[in-house]
Order: sequence, then C-alpha cells, then structure tokens
Amino acid sequence: MAKRDKSMTEIAEQEQPKPAETSGRFTRRSFLTQLGTASLAVTTVPLLHSAPVQEPEPATEAIRGAEVPGAVPMVLNINGKEHHVALEPRVTLLDALRENLQLAGTKKGCDHGQCGACTVHINGRRVNSCLTFAIMHAGDKITTIEGLGQNGDLHPVQAAFLEHDGFQCGYCTSGQIMSAAALLREPCGQDDAAVRECMSGNICRCGAYDNIVAAVQSARRSP
Amino acid sequence: MEAFQFSQVNTVNSALEAVRSQTETKFVAGGTTLIDLMKLNVETPKRVVDINSLPLSQIESTADGGLKIGAMVRNSDLAHDPTVQGRYPVLSEALLSGASPQLRNMATTGGNLLQRTRCYYFRDTAYPCNKREPGSGCPAIDGFNRIHAILGTSDHCIATHPSDMAVAMMALEAVVHIQGANGERSVALNDFYLLPGSTPHRENVLVSGDLITYVILPPVANGARAHYLKLRDRASYEFALASAAVVVSLSGNRIQRARIALGGVGTKPWRSIEAEHALEGREANEHNFRAAAEAALKGAKPRHDNAFKVELAKRCLTRALTNVTQSA
Repeated sequence: MAKRDKSMTEIAEQEQPKPAETSGRFTRRSFLTQLGTASLAVTTVPLLHSAPVQEPEPATEAIRGAEVPGAVPMVLNINGKEHHVALEPRVTLLDALRENLQLAGTKKGCDHGQCGACTVHINGRRVNSCLTFAIMHAGDKITTIEGLGQNGDLHPVQAAFLEHDGFQCGYCTSGQIMSAAALLREPCGQDDAAVRECMSGNICRCGAYDNIVAAVQSARRSP
Repeated sequence: MEAFQFSQVNTVNSALEAVRSQTETKFVAGGTTLIDLMKLNVETPKRVVDINSLPLSQIESTADGGLKIGAMVRNSDLAHDPTVQGRYPVLSEALLSGASPQLRNMATTGGNLLQRTRCYYFRDTAYPCNKREPGSGCPAIDGFNRIHAILGTSDHCIATHPSDMAVAMMALEAVVHIQGANGERSVALNDFYLLPGSTPHRENVLVSGDLITYVILPPVANGARAHYLKLRDRASYEFALASAAVVVSLSGNRIQRARIALGGVGTKPWRSIEAEHALEGREANEHNFRAAAEAALKGAKPRHDNAFKVELAKRCLTRALTNVTQSA
C-alpha cells in the first residue's frame, strides 16, 4: 500500500501525549498536561450542562479533527529518523521540534537568536533553530540534544559537562552542549579565552561559565 | 507571525521570476534578519522565497587578483576562508567580531549587507517609525537614542546600520553585483546605501525584483595593512558602539594610501574620505591619526544619549590606525 503523508489530525493523534494511557512515556510534560486537563475538566463541565455528557477532553486533543489550514507536508530527518509532518511554513524549526515532535530537549530562551538555548546542528553545523523555518530543512540532517549520544553512550561533551559540573539550572545546557559539540569540528584557538569567544553565542544566566569552559576544554583534549 | 506562502527556487532565473511583478515578497537566505523581524511583525511578507539552493556559494579569485564572493556564502565560511584570511584579513576580523558562531553559520553575504537597524523603536510596532511607516514620526530623536547614529542622520531618522562586514567591505572598496528585472548591474558599495534623508524606508539602491548575486573585492593594494577595531559594552555577541576598518599602505613612515570606514556611528557603513585625505602623505604618528579622526567626525550630530560616540569614534579610529601601523 502506498504510503501517504499523514494529515495533521493523524499526527496530532499519534504524537500528543494521552493522559489516559499508563503505558508509553511518562514525562514531566505529560504529567503537567494531565494536571492541567483535570483542572480544565472541573471548571468547564458545569458550563456544558446543555451538551451531552462527555469524557473530559485534554486541551491538546481539542484540536483533533481540525485540519490546520495551510499546513504543508514535509519530511524532517532528525537524529537519523524520518518524521513525516504537516506544518505551516511559518513554524520555526525550534517550535516544530518542541511542539510538533515532542523533542523538548531543545529550549526556547529568547526566540530571537540572542541566547543560543535553541542551538541544534544542521548538517553538522551549529545554528539557532528559532530563526529558521522547519520547511526550509526538508533535505537536511538535523541533530538535537536527544540525538547527540550514540548507542546509549553519552557524547564526550555530555560526559565532560557532568564531570566538570557545567550547569546549574540546566536551561541553557542543551544549547551549550550542542554548541560545544560542533565547536570540536571548528577552528578555535587553544586557550580559555578562545573557547569563551567561540562559545559566546550561548549565554547562561546562572553564570556557570567557568565550569562550561573547563568542560569544553576537557572534551577538546580527550582522544 | 502572519502566515505566508512559501516557495523554494534553485536558479537565479527562477528566483527573479518568483519576485517579478510581485509585491510583498521577500527572499529568505539565512533568515537571521528576516525571521527575527517577522516574529516582531516588522516584516510581513505575503510570500517568502527560499534562495538557499541558489548556486551562489563560491569564493573565487578573479583574474586581476581580487575576490568574487557569492551572495549565499555563509559568514563563517567567508571568515575562515584561507584566501580571505591571507589577502583580506580585515574582512575576516570584522566578520568574526559580529554576532555568534551559530548566527555566522546561517547568515549570508547578501543578507549581512541588507540587515536592518537595531533601533528599539523600529523593532517595536507599538511605536511610530518613519522607516517602517513613512511620515509617522521618529520617536528616537527625542527618545532613548544611545545606540543611534551621529553621522548621516536627518530629522526623519537616526537609525544606525549595524553590520561589521559591510564596514570592512567599504574600506576594501567592494562592488556589489545585482540581477534584476532589467538585467545585471554593479554598484560600488559606497553608492549602494542611501542616507535616510526624508525617505528612511529606502535603505539601499535595490528595487523590487532585485537579487544580490555576488560581491567583488578589488585586488589588495601593494603593502597594505588592515585592521578592524570594534568597541562595545560587552566583549562579544553585541553590536558596535563604534568601530573602524582601516586599510593603510606605508612608504617608510609616511602613509601612502588610506581607506577608512566607521561602524556603529552612521546611518550607513561610513566611508570617511575626509579621514583618508587627512592621512595620505602624512607621517604615521598619533598626532596625525587623531587629526584624521577629528576630520572624520567633523559633521557628527550627537543626540541626548549618544554624544559619547563622538569621542569614542575618534579614539577608536586613532587606536585602529596605531594598531595597524605598529604591527611590523
């Protein structure tokens, strides 16, 4: 049977977390979605007294059945896996990763290319995923923090960040790690000052910079 | 962000076809300016044409020893190119002083030239802005204008052009090649940008349907040394408060030839013929460098919050000239 592109509806059905299921991924996001749903059900049921009694629908499933006008089918290759999605052209790669593909390891810090939290690799190069449209990358190899490790092993940069305590709150960390991993393949001077400059596109409100630099230098020196 | 129609083109001709007779249509290359401004609803194209597949990514030497840089060459590739680092290091210095590694991997030559001002009022549609909406007013003139221009301003607009690359290219006397509805033409970078005057919405000589295809750098002048000095609040990842690109040829201790451009202080990348005339034929010493800087900033119009830029720009240019002539 010929494979047809999935409609937005089917994608929504497949990829949104289903609070009723106990199998499947139990994540912070699915937990919080359930909490929000429960309070939503409690507040909205009295307002629907004239409607037939229904199971409380989670907010995410309210879009089920609504085709998104203008959504364009595309194939995104992320961490070696092909994802068939239909997205509006205006969806940024960052939003596609987080909202449509549930790859929430990449973070939204400023959404304007000014912080680096959204750093991913496109064909091995580090970029800010907030300032590019998903539709522009149909033929590209996209790597996110979720795909950095191989075969269950940490990437050397990930291991270095753990060893050198290169994070506090952790919000900038996936962007820092993705940036550093790409840095290993770029020209950059040997000393700490050069590393600071080469990592200057990733900012850290917690100020973990000293340990980040130590982690990056350690990863650069390891065989 | 408003919705738009999206298309991709693979050839220059199909790119030109996509914008011919079309209004409200923009090319997207790196996206680092366009998508940033689309999120702010400052840019609201109805159609976006992706030109990332155009075959304009080469850096090639020209027959006379100059350099031809494709419009789609990424800023990072241009900065790290061995020919650029060997023959035009000031271009590499300028590029590497700008933005971040991630942004440099995305941004293109053409896009860097066309980047828009960082003026807070331009970027916020809650404010009137003569550049966004001609005739609506300029809130920066009597507002907060620390990052704004002191050269090339008018009563209608004082917005600074933020590029570093363009400043270096000015000092290198780059020529921009454009294809459009009426065929191909080339424009010296010094003539490419327009002063705001009473039409700040028009920033350069491009018209609807035009596409920058490549930039040519003339061959390096004999014995020329060059340097880019950028001054700003932070050490990195920030636009210039004042910057200077200097290309100087010495004969003994005398300046034979000078090309000077300033950044962070002009409504366009600011080539200073006045500074060049004040230097050529003179001895290379700090007194003469400072005199040239005074000449460069003679027409400066400071505002309430950016008056410091007048002295800062003078010192920046003086220091850049000192640096470049001291390296032996």
